[in-house]
Parts: sequence; structure tokens; C-alpha cells
Amino acid sequence: MEYMIAALAGLFFVFGIYFLLSRSLIRMLLGVVVLGNGVNLLIFTAGRLMRAIAPIVPDGLDQPETQIANPLPQALILTAIVIGFAMFSFLLVLAYRSYQSLDADNTDNMRVAEPRNGPQPP
Amino acid sequence: MATSAHPAAELPEAMISTLTPAGDWVIVLPLVLALMGAALLLMTRHAKNYHAGIAMVIVGAIIACDGVLLAHVLQNGPVSMTMGKWLPPFGISFTADIFGAGFALIAAMVTMLLLVYSQSERHADFGLDGYYALILLLLAGVTGSFLTGDLFNLYVWFEVMLISSFGLIVNGGKAIQLDGALKYAFLNFLATTFFLLALGLIYGLLGTLNMADIIGAAPHANSAAMVGVATLMLLAFGMKAAAFPLNAWLPASYHTPPAVVSALFAGLLTKVGIYALLRVLVLLLPDSRDTLEPVLVVIAVLTLVISPLGAIAETNLRRAMGFIVMGGIGVILAGIALPSQNGVAGSGVYIVHSMMVMTALYLVAGLVEKVTGQTDSRQMGGVYAANSVVSALFLLLVLAAAGVPPFLGFWPKLLLLQAGMDAASGTTAGMPPDYYGIAIIVALLLNAFFTLIAGTRLWAHIFWRAGVEGENSEHSLAPVEPLGRRDSRLALWPCVVLVAAIMIVGLAPNYLLDAAQRGARDLIDPARYVAAVGLAGNSP
Repeated sequence: MEYMIAALAGLFFVFGIYFLLSRSLIRMLLGVVVLGNGVNLLIFTAGRLMRAIAPIVPDGLDQPETQIANPLPQALILTAIVIGFAMFSFLLVLAYRSYQSLDADNTDNMRVAEPRNGPQPP
Repeated sequence: MATSAHPAAELPEAMISTLTPAGDWVIVLPLVLALMGAALLLMTRHAKNYHAGIAMVIVGAIIACDGVLLAHVLQNGPVSMTMGKWLPPFGISFTADIFGAGFALIAAMVTMLLLVYSQSERHADFGLDGYYALILLLLAGVTGSFLTGDLFNLYVWFEVMLISSFGLIVNGGKAIQLDGALKYAFLNFLATTFFLLALGLIYGLLGTLNMADIIGAAPHANSAAMVGVATLMLLAFGMKAAAFPLNAWLPASYHTPPAVVSALFAGLLTKVGIYALLRVLVLLLPDSRDTLEPVLVVIAVLTLVISPLGAIAETNLRRAMGFIVMGGIGVILAGIALPSQNGVAGSGVYIVHSMMVMTALYLVAGLVEKVTGQTDSRQMGGVYAANSVVSALFLLLVLAAAGVPPFLGFWPKLLLLQAGMDAASGTTAGMPPDYYGIAIIVALLLNAFFTLIAGTRLWAHIFWRAGVEGENSEHSLAPVEPLGRRDSRLALWPCVVLVAAIMIVGLAPNYLLDAAQRGARDLIDPARYVAAVGLAGNSP
């Protein structure tokens, strides 16, 4: 099971990096999302997968009675998902705004900050 | 009540039952103040006139807390505080050592001067909405990264820093800012994603993310896997710090926002990236660092040599500064590549130097842009006649950035050269091959030389040349406006204070060098750091 999920995370990385290598902003955004989800999946797998009960300690006990699922990776992933979502929404708005102001979806044509044919060094 | 199968008596304590001593709260107070301050500014967004004052009071309080913390750390060694009553490997720890507390203090001081400077830019096109709140959030992210003792928490502070820097870089919304922000945002977000990836792997391998716990657990893990993790960290932090092959985003974006914002970025953000690299490679994973040493030497040498060449080839003033900032990153990398005590101490002092000098360089560049109304050095000229103070500041900063002897930049380079000499003659215990030290020495000297060429050429063009570039430049005079009274009061004196601080510390560096040596000792031999967190039993 863990091997399959790990391979799936690898697949996510492949597609994420492939999309990020594109010059089109929309594809880059897709790449960011896919890569981020690949990382979340990896953290989940790194916490070891098992068929176990929810990590809740019953009343009156100091520790759970049986094996429980590892709660820490889930907390890490939740944080990472929230942060990744905020970042992605910012990137989405930024991409839209720059499409409006720079009139370009291809990063090669965004040359306001770095003009093409810049001056020769003196 | 425990079940009979698992008697509670065998379990070690997991909760903190005593109250945290009042003095230890000073570790989290800078963060609490910055976050609460940012929230306060956002809530009172209709009372914009008071924002600058509130922000300054808060940053002043943060400086006081950082100062107390640094004094405490200098006297008693690293201090630690763990959140939520859990004992260290479980709860999130904040651990301040000399490097972390010192950098946090310098960062807060630089932010204070920037707040004063930004008062001079309060005209119509300077987007003030949320500006002070974002600066406080950025400071919270930077301080948190310096003080945290937990890798996942470091990731969270990186993201706090990142999202507030996104806000600052697009504040104003000009086309050039959006263009710069796009490249900055994608690459930096990618870098933190790689960091998160490395974190996941560390958790999978070691089962812990507490830095002091990692120090104890890392030597027992699969060393090949740990080298892989360290390589991912190098990739992530190298991207954030703009080390050579991953540096293209910095000169593409740092010149786009207003001068004060790019000064803040140049002073604080790349330094946090390189500080995280220093902490992870030297403190947490020293074995993997030794394996990666050839890579680190190559990256350091290339960053050192190629960055100032970029500055020589560039005519846009603030873009040229971006390349000089990257050259400074190369100097710090040299210390990570040669982690003798001198090398790490040199890196630490250079981070302090770089925070002050790079901020001041961008601020003075902002003054030059204000006086000439241009951003390209070919369109500038004759500023010396209009404003000799600015020209003197610029020249002093160029000399300081290159590391000419009486200034602060000289001392860390001297320490690094010493470390390189030691490595070259094989006197250090690690015994790296001879040519690594020699390569670093040559690269450091070349870096100083090229930086000097780039900086003095910019100075000659902007200040010394009679007019703009062209056939009649000997005769024409550029339309240079002297600084107004408000500008000289609010924008000039933060620069003067920074330059004076750089000169004074450069003339009397003993205290700083001594503190850096002690900080470096704690990084190389983490026994005191681990003991402060309370995990001394697990150390190897």
C-alpha cells in the first residue's frame, strides 16, 4: 500500500514539474497545485499508512487501547494544505492581474522588469 | 489511569508541569508583538494617520525584547521554550542561540530605520493600504525563522514571510511590479514546496522535526537518505537565498517595488534563506554536509565570482545592487562550505554585515533615484554636485560591500580567508582536500575585486560624471533636484545612521567577532543547544 501511494506521489511530482517547466502561466499554476498535492501525499505516506482507528484516547485512560493512526502527519498536512491554498489563490489573482496589465500569458513575453535587448554594459 | 498492559510508570514524562519562568517569555514576545501589532493595524485601518507611529512603537518594543534575549543568550547560552505544555520532542520549541537572537535583533533594528525612511515616500502613488501591517508580518516571519527550534515551524514562518513579501512587492500595482512579483512568487513558492518535501522525508526517516531531536537522531539514520534530504534542503534554501544557478529571480524582481521595500527584501529575506541553510547543514545534518562539501564549494565559488560580474554588466542601478546582494550570499556560502569555527563565525558576521550594508545600499539607491528621477545609471550624472552627502554614503557603502579594511565587511572576509588557509594547509580536523580552501580563497578575493569594480564604476557614472551618458556629456548637466527638507530629514538620516553603525562596528569589531566565535562554537558542537532544549540524554 505504502509503495503504491509513494509511486502515486512520484507521479504527482512528474506532472507538477512538467507543468512548471512550461512558459504558460496557466500550466505553471496547475503545476504548483499538482506538486503541492504530491508533497502532501508524500508527508502522509511518510507517517506510515495503516488500517487503524482514529487517534482518540478513550475517557479515563492515559493512552489508547489499541494501535492508532499517526495523527502528526495529518496535522502537518492540514497546515500545509491551508498555506498552499492561500498561496495558490494569491498566485491565481497575481496571474490574472498580470495577464490584464502585461497582456501576456507567456512568461517569455513579460519583459517589463527585464527589458529585451537591454543596454550593452558600459 | 492506564491499562494494565501499559503501566504508566514506564512512560517518561511528556508534559511540562511547572510554569515557564517569566524571563523565558522574551523568546516569543517579539513574535507575539509583531503578529498582534499587524492585527491591530489591520483592525484600525481607518485610522491610517497613526499607523506609522504604532508600527514604530511596536518595532521598538521588539528591539527591546530581542536585545534582552540576546543579552540573556550571551550570558547563559542558548535558551528554549516549548509551547502547549508538551515536553520538547512533542511540543513546538523556540530555541534562541547567539546567531538566532543576534540576527533577530539586527533585523528589527533595520526594520525600524526602514519605517522612518518610508515616511519620506508617502505620496499619492505609494500604496499605503496594509503597508505597515505587512512590514510587521514580514518581521514576524523573519524573527520566527531566526528563533524557532522546530523544522516544520520554520516552514510556517517561511510562509508567513513569503505571503507578506508578496503583499509588499505588489503594493502599488504597477505593471513592472506585477512582472517582478510573478517571477518572485512562483520561484519562492516552489522553493518552500521543496522545503516541505524535505521536511516530509525527514519526518519519515527520523520520526521527529524538533531540531535538537534531529541532531540526536540523524547519525543513526540511513546516511544515503539523509544526504538526499540535505540536497533537497540545499536546493530549497539555495533558491530562497539566490545562490548561483538558482538566482535568476532576484535581479528580475528586487528592483521593481519602491526602494524601501526592496531594501527590506535585500536586507532580510535572502539572509533568512542562507541562515536556514547554515542551521540545517552545519547544526542538524553535519554528516550529510561533509558529503555535499564538493557541491557546496562549487556553488559558493560560482556565486562569488559570477554575481559581481553581473553587477558589472548591469546599468540599472537597483538591478546592479541585486547582483551585489547575491555576491554576499556567496560569501556566506563559503563559510558553510568550510565549516571550521572561523568559517561559520565569518558567515555569521557576514550575515550581520550584509543585513546592514545591503539595506543601506538600496536605501541610498532610492535616494539617488529620487534625486535624478531615473532608474538607469546611464541616465544619471552629476549627482555629486547636487548632493555630496549621498555620494559619500554611496562610496562608503560600496567599499564596505567589497570588504575594504576599515569597514565591517572586511572582518568576516578575513575570518573566511583564515578558514580557507586552514583548510588549504590541512590543519582542520575535517581535512578536506587542499584545493577547496584555495578555490574559496581565490573566489573571495576575486569577489572583492569585482564588487569594487562594479561599485566604483556605478559611483563614477552616477556621481562623478558631469551629465548623462552621451556625446556631449562633458557639457550637458542632468536635471538634478536636491533633496527636499522632508526627504533629507526622513530619508537621509536612516542611511547616515546605518553607515555610521557599519563604520563604528567596523572600527571596533572585537565584541561582534567574539560573539560570533561563541555562536559558531555552539553551532559546530551542539551540546549546549541540545541541553537547552532539554534533550541532552539523546545526543550522540
